[in-house]
Amino acid sequence: MSKVPVLVIAGYGINSEVELVEGFQLAGAAPRRVHLSDIVAGTVQLSDYRIIAFPGGFSFGDHIASGRVLAVKIQAHLGEALREAVASGTLVLGICNGFQVITKLGLLPLLGGVPSAGQEFQQEATLTYNDSGKFEDRWCPIVANAASPCVWTRDLDRFELPVRHGEGKWIHRDEQVRQAILGQHLDCLRYGASAYPANPNGSQDDIAGVCDPTGRVFGLMPHPEVFLRGTQHPRWTRGDFDAQAQGVGLTILRNGVEAAASGG
Amino acid sequence: MSLHRIEVAVRPDLRDSLASRLVLQLSEDVGIPVAALKTLRVYTLEGEFSSPELQRAGSKLFTDPISEIWALDAPLAEQVLPGFDHLFEIGFRPGVTDNVGHTASEGLSELLNRAAGAQKVYGTLQVLVQGITDSQVDAVANSLHNTLIEDCLHLSRTEWNQGARAESKSRSVRGNHLPRVESVPLPDDDDTLLALSRERTLALTLEEMRAIRDHFEQEHVRAYRAGLGLPPDPMDIEVEVIAQTWSEHCKHKIFNARIVYEEDGTTREVVSLFKTCVRATTMELMPNRPDLISVFTDNAGVFRFDDDHFVTIKAETHNSPSALDPYGGAMTGIVGVNRDILGTGKGCRPIFNTDVFCFAPPDWSKPLPPRLMHPKRLLRGVHRGVKDGGNESGIPTVNGSIVFHERFLGKPLVFCGTGGLMPATLPNPDGVMENSADKIVKAGDRIVMVGGRIGKDGIHGATFSSEALTEASPVSAVQIGDPITQKKMVDFILEARDLGLYSALTDNGAGGLSSSVGEMAKDCGGACVDLEKAPLKYAGLDPWEIFVSEAQERMTVAVPPSKLEEFLALSKLRGVESSDIGAFDDSGVLTLRFRRKVIGALDMHFLHDGLPELVISARWKTPVHPEPAITQLGRDAGSDLLSLLASWNICSKEPWVRQYDHEVQGRSVVKPFSGAKDDGPTDAAVIQPVGGSSKGLVISNGLAPRYSDIDATAMTEASIDEAVRNLVASGADPSTIVGLDNFCWPDPVESPSNPDGAYKAAQLVRSNEALRRVCVAYGIPLVSGKDSMKNDYGAGAERISVPPTLLVTALATMPDVSKAVTIDAKEAGDLVYVVGTTRDECGASEWLALHGFVGNSVPRLHDTDLTMSSYRALHAAMQIGLVRSAHDCSDGGLGVALAETAMAGRLGMKVDLARVPRDGVEDPRRILWSESLGRIVVTVRKGQTSSFEKLMRPNAFERIGEITADCRLEFTKGADPVLSVSVDDCVAAWKRPFQA
Repeated sequence: MSKVPVLVIAGYGINSEVELVEGFQLAGAAPRRVHLSDIVAGTVQLSDYRIIAFPGGFSFGDHIASGRVLAVKIQAHLGEALREAVASGTLVLGICNGFQVITKLGLLPLLGGVPSAGQEFQQEATLTYNDSGKFEDRWCPIVANAASPCVWTRDLDRFELPVRHGEGKWIHRDEQVRQAILGQHLDCLRYGASAYPANPNGSQDDIAGVCDPTGRVFGLMPHPEVFLRGTQHPRWTRGDFDAQAQGVGLTILRNGVEAAASGG
Repeated sequence: MSLHRIEVAVRPDLRDSLASRLVLQLSEDVGIPVAALKTLRVYTLEGEFSSPELQRAGSKLFTDPISEIWALDAPLAEQVLPGFDHLFEIGFRPGVTDNVGHTASEGLSELLNRAAGAQKVYGTLQVLVQGITDSQVDAVANSLHNTLIEDCLHLSRTEWNQGARAESKSRSVRGNHLPRVESVPLPDDDDTLLALSRERTLALTLEEMRAIRDHFEQEHVRAYRAGLGLPPDPMDIEVEVIAQTWSEHCKHKIFNARIVYEEDGTTREVVSLFKTCVRATTMELMPNRPDLISVFTDNAGVFRFDDDHFVTIKAETHNSPSALDPYGGAMTGIVGVNRDILGTGKGCRPIFNTDVFCFAPPDWSKPLPPRLMHPKRLLRGVHRGVKDGGNESGIPTVNGSIVFHERFLGKPLVFCGTGGLMPATLPNPDGVMENSADKIVKAGDRIVMVGGRIGKDGIHGATFSSEALTEASPVSAVQIGDPITQKKMVDFILEARDLGLYSALTDNGAGGLSSSVGEMAKDCGGACVDLEKAPLKYAGLDPWEIFVSEAQERMTVAVPPSKLEEFLALSKLRGVESSDIGAFDDSGVLTLRFRRKVIGALDMHFLHDGLPELVISARWKTPVHPEPAITQLGRDAGSDLLSLLASWNICSKEPWVRQYDHEVQGRSVVKPFSGAKDDGPTDAAVIQPVGGSSKGLVISNGLAPRYSDIDATAMTEASIDEAVRNLVASGADPSTIVGLDNFCWPDPVESPSNPDGAYKAAQLVRSNEALRRVCVAYGIPLVSGKDSMKNDYGAGAERISVPPTLLVTALATMPDVSKAVTIDAKEAGDLVYVVGTTRDECGASEWLALHGFVGNSVPRLHDTDLTMSSYRALHAAMQIGLVRSAHDCSDGGLGVALAETAMAGRLGMKVDLARVPRDGVEDPRRILWSESLGRIVVTVRKGQTSSFEKLMRPNAFERIGEITADCRLEFTKGADPVLSVSVDDCVAAWKRPFQA
C-alpha cells in the first residue's frame, strides 16, 4: 500500500515543521514540507494530500493576535481549496500556532459542518492570551475524552505533553457553542486539572484539544511532535517514562495516518 | 493621506492579561500600586480606505470576534475603564522598527487585496489607569515607555473632560534631507584630530587618527584618488569605514596589543593575548583533535559531530545596547548571533540558543546614576528581548544563567550564544559537493544584500560599544529586532544553500555592510558597491550611513552571475527582499559609488592591516581583603542554608527560564529542569541533534565573576572547571570538549578617566594565561570567542566598572543519550558520594558574601591532572549505568549542591561531613560552604556501590551519606549535629525571591 501523503505547511514564521515531518515519517506516512507560497502560487495542490498539517510557530510574529494574519492570508488565497479539502474528508491537524490558525479560520469546531461552495468558514471560538500573561514551556497532564469522535486521539487515556505558548486559552463563542462542543464530545483533549499550572492557560472547560463532529479536523495546543521518543519526556531519567519506548505524540500522529489510510 | 484609528480591547468581562503584567511591573518598578488598569491596542491606518474596507479591516483583521471589541475613529476608553484617571498612549518614534505595524500592513494588503505599500499601519498601546496621583504620572509614564525609542502621550481626566482625545499621527520618517557626501580634512594638530574622532563617534585614538592622515598624505594615494576624481582628503564614507573596521569591537585591538606586564618589580612583555593564549591553546591541541574543522577564521567555530554533520558555535555580547534599551538590545543580541551561525561556512541552521545575563541585584535600593536603569527593569527587558527573539525564531534556549553582582550596575552583561548544525558537505554553485565549512568569494560574484531594509538604526553601534556608557551615548545605536523577517530570511537562505545558489555569505552585524562586504572582499581582493541600490526604510540617508548602518535582519551573499536570476526569483517567491548592490573583484580596492559617482576608494591592505599596534601597561598587585573570624560568620548552618538558597545567585530562576521555548525542533533530552516536580536546575543541556542517531550533544557554561575581586586567575580557573563539571555531571565524554571564551572586561587602558586601567590589564593577562594553562591541561580547544572591553559607566570617581568576567561555553558529545544523568536524587536508599577534595576556600564565596565579606582564600584549581582523572572515571561509571544522579558543586559549595540534589528529587538526605574528602579544613560550615573546584555530588544505587567504588579508585571520592524518604536534610559531622531542615522549607526559601 502506498504511504499516506501528508502536507506539512511551512513559512512565514512557522517553526515546528521539521519535527512534525519527522513524526509523520516515523508514523509511516509520506510527509512533505511545503512553503505556503508554493501552494498559493499553485505549484502544490491541497487536493493531492490526505492530511494537511499546520505546525506550531509564530506565524507573522503573532502580531495583532496569534495565527490571525496567517488565517487571513490562507482565507484570501486558499479558502475555497481548503473548504473543498475538508468537505472531501481530508484530515486536518493544527498544532499550537496551527491550532490558533485553523480556529481563527473557523475550521474548528465546525459545528454547522462544512459551508457550501463559495461560503467562508465562521469563527466559533478563539484561543487567546494565557491567564498567566506569559509564554511558558511546561509539560502538562492531559486526559483524552474516550467518547470523542476524534480519530487522532483514539485509545488514548491519560498522558503528558508539553505546551509552549502564550495564547492558548480556549474561549467558546457562547453557551450554545459550549453545549454543542461538550454534548458532541468535541473536547477531545483536556488538561488534567483546572488549577494553574496543570491548566496552563485558563482554558474554558480545561480544553487542550478540539475536533470537528467528523473527528477528522483536530487542533491542540500541546505539542505531540516533540514526544516521539521516550527520552523527550522530562522525567525519563527517573523512570517515569521508558527511555526506549515510543512517545505518546507519535501515537497521535499514527492514529491520524491510520485513519487517513483506512478512510475511517 | 488620511489617518484612521482602530481601537481594540479585550471584552470587558474577560481578563486583560497584558494589564495584569503592567500592574505587576508598576508595583515592582516604581512601587506604585494602581487601583485599576486596562489596555487598548490602537492601529493607525494611513492611506485611502473606503468605509466598507475599514469595517472589514476592523472586524476581520484587527479584532477577534469572540474575545474582543473595537471601534473605528471613536475612543473606547470610557467603555473599557469607566472613570479612568489617566490615559497614556505609547508608540514608537519615527524610524524605530514597528513589527506589529509591519505585519498589520501586510495583513491589510492580503485582506483587502491591495498592493503592499499602498498603506501604512502604526501600532500603539493605550494604557488606562485609575488610582494614581498626579505626582505619580511621570513615574508611571517612565515605567511604561523608553524615551529613546518611544513617545508617550498623556491625558489627565481633566483634559479628557475638556474634550481632549488621543489622536493618531503619522509615524513615518519625513524630511527633505538630500543625500550628500563630503570630504573630511584631517588637521595636523592633535587636539583637533581627537575632537574629530569624538564628534563623529569614531572611537579612534590619536595614533590611529594620525595613521589615517598619514595614509592619505602619501603621494601615490593622492595620485590614485585624483584619477578617480576624489579629493586628497578622505571622504566621510572612507573615514567611517576605517573607524568601523578598526573599532575595538571589530579588530580586538586590546587582545592584539603589546602589553607590558609588571609584577613584584619584574617586567615582561606579552604580544597579543589572542595569539599567545587563545589561539595558541587550540594550535597546541589541534594535532589530537581531528574533529576541529574551522577555528577562529569564520563567524563561528566549526567541529565535526559525526560522519555527516558539523556543529558550529558562537557567543556574543550585547551589553551597551541592552543598557540603553534592554528589550531591543537583548533581542538584537540573540537574533544577531543567530545570523553569525547562519553565516558560517556555506550556511548553518541554528539549533539552540544559550543566554547568560549579569545584573546588579534586583532589589537595588541605592540611588541610580543618571541614565542607568534599575536592575529589575533591565532583567525584565533583557529577558523579554531574548525570549521573544529566540521563541519567535523557533530556536530552543537550552542553557544559561543569571548572575548578580553590585558592580554590574555599571553595565549589564548580556551574553547570547547559538549553536548550529550543517551537513558535512554541501553543493557549491557548480553543483559539486564540497566541505560545507569552506566558502570562497570569487571575483565577479555579485554582492547581494538579503533581508531587511536599511535605516538609521544602529549607526555607530560598533564604535559606540567601544566606549564607556555616558549620559551622551548616541541613541541611534539602539535597534529593535524583527525575528519574523529574519525567520523568513533564514528559511530562504537554507533553501538557496541546498540548491547551491551562492558562493559565500556572511551576516550584517557590527559595522553593517562596511564590515560584511569588507570582510568578504578579503577573499578575492576587492569589491565595488553601488550604494543607491541598497533598499532603504525611508529616504534621506547619506551614503556613509547606508554603508555603516547596523539595521538588523540582513545577510550579505556572494552570488555568481549565473545563479543570480534563480536566487532573486526564489527570494521573491518566499517574500524575502534581495538586492544586487555591486560586485566582488580583485582590484585591491574597496570602491564605493553613489549614483554612478565614485565617493570612496580604500586600499584593502591599508584597511585591514594599517592599524597601528596598541601598547598597554599592566601592573599586578594582589589585593588584600579583611579576613573574617569564624565567629563573625553567624552560628547556625541551617539558617545559612536557607539564606543561601534564597540568595540572588542561588535561588530558583524557573519563572524566567520557563518562558523560553526549550524544546522546539524536538531534539531535547535533558531540559533546563529535571526532577520529581520538574524544577531542579539541570547542570547542562543534552540534545540529540540528528534524527535517527542516538549520539548526544551536551551544552554547558561556567562563570565566576565574584572571584575576580581576589584574582582573575582564580576566576578563570573556576569558570572553565564549572563548565567542564556541568558537562561531566550530565554524562558528556570529557575527551570531546570544545570551549568558547567570551571576555567582558572593564577598560584595561589606563588614562586620567580610568586610573586603575593597568590593574585591569594585569587581570586580563592573568586570566588569559590561566585560560591557556587550564585548557591545554584539560584538552579543551577553544573554537571561537569574543571580547567586550569597555564595560564601564562614567569616568573618574563615579566610574563603575564591572567585575572582570570570562564566560566559558563548553560543548561535548556523548555516544548514547540514554546514558544522560540528571541532578535529582532518585530513590530513598541510594547512597550519596562526593567526588573531589574540599579545601578551606571560602574566599569570594556566596557564604562570605552573605555575611558581608570577600575574604582571601579563593578556590583554585590545584591539580588539573588529578581532577580530570576523576572526571574520566566518573564518566566511565556513567557509561555503564552506575550513576543515578550527579550535580556539580559551585555557588554555595557542597551544602547547596547536596540540598539541590535532595530538593530536585523531593527526598531527604543524611550526610556525615566527617567523611568528606578534604585537605586542611575541619569546621563543618567551611566544609559545607567552601567553593573548592573539581567536586561533583553523586548518588548510586545501593547494590552498585562496590562496582562504582572500584571504578572511581584511586581518585578522591567518598561515600558521605544516604538518600532518605523523610524529606529532611540531616547533616552531622561525626556525632555532632550540624544542620537539620526540611526539604519543603528549602524549596520554599529557594523559590521565594522570584515568584511565578
